[in-house]
Amino acid sequence: MADTISILEEEEKKSLESREFGFWVYLMSDAVIFALLFATYVVLSNNSAAGPTAAQLFDLRHTAGETALLLISSLTFGYATISMSQGHSGRTVQWLLVTLVLGLGFLVMEMMEFRGMIEKGAGPETSGFLSAFFTLIGTHGLHVTMGAVGICVMIGQVLTKGLTLPVRSRLMRLGLFWHFLDIVWIGIFSVVYLPGVM
Amino acid sequence: MTHSEERVQTTYLTGFALAVVLTAIPFVLVWTGWLTGPAVYVVIAAAAVIQVLVHLVFFLHINLKSTPGENLFFLCFAAVLLFIMVGGSLWIMFDLHHRMM
Repeated sequence: MADTISILEEEEKKSLESREFGFWVYLMSDAVIFALLFATYVVLSNNSAAGPTAAQLFDLRHTAGETALLLISSLTFGYATISMSQGHSGRTVQWLLVTLVLGLGFLVMEMMEFRGMIEKGAGPETSGFLSAFFTLIGTHGLHVTMGAVGICVMIGQVLTKGLTLPVRSRLMRLGLFWHFLDIVWIGIFSVVYLPGVM
Repeated sequence: MTHSEERVQTTYLTGFALAVVLTAIPFVLVWTGWLTGPAVYVVIAAAAVIQVLVHLVFFLHINLKSTPGENLFFLCFAAVLLFIMVGGSLWIMFDLHHRMM
């Protein structure tokens, strides 16, 4: 009997490990999508078609705020992971909530930026530069939105199921996703915003 | 808190501090306009690449010992793909741009 249980646990562990590998493969293919959007943006970034240019539209303070929110949320997700490994489900949920609030704050700032630009007549249809800009930043924003949904789901799972082995594995994969989005954001402020205002 | 958990916490905090510094450097440079010309792009690119590595090591816990070999293999494969696709696209498009002038 004890043997059967240990074999089952072993099998569960193996299947979770293969899921983690599968998720890693997904992240790498997602990185390829972002890289191509970056390349498209760099090619089109000077084609403002007599419309507003990057230097007229970008506000570095706004970008710094978004960067800070996302970076701190990466740290708080790290703390959620630490609480999880200590087995404190309550504290894990608290850190996840903090991460969620920071992520939503980032999304609100991004929405404000998009709205301000569209009101100024700098919507995605204005020029090649703006089409590429909205596609790249919008795709990242969509990923952060999915990450926020994921955090809500995981808060629910930790509260209802507790820190079981599958829940831990899912939370770890969500953490990979969240840190990955922060890495993409490094590329965004280095390729889009900083050269844009120079 | 056990010894290894404290170490994990230090890892996150170290990574965070490094990331803050590596973000501040390019922002301050662009903000104040201390450097001009291609030097700024070199600093921005260098800070970005180092910060990506910092995130991979300190937040995603990639290392040569405990990370499974397949994951490292895929990471390198993705890096090569990115290099070929982004580098190739930019090379072709800017060359074309140059010839159309």
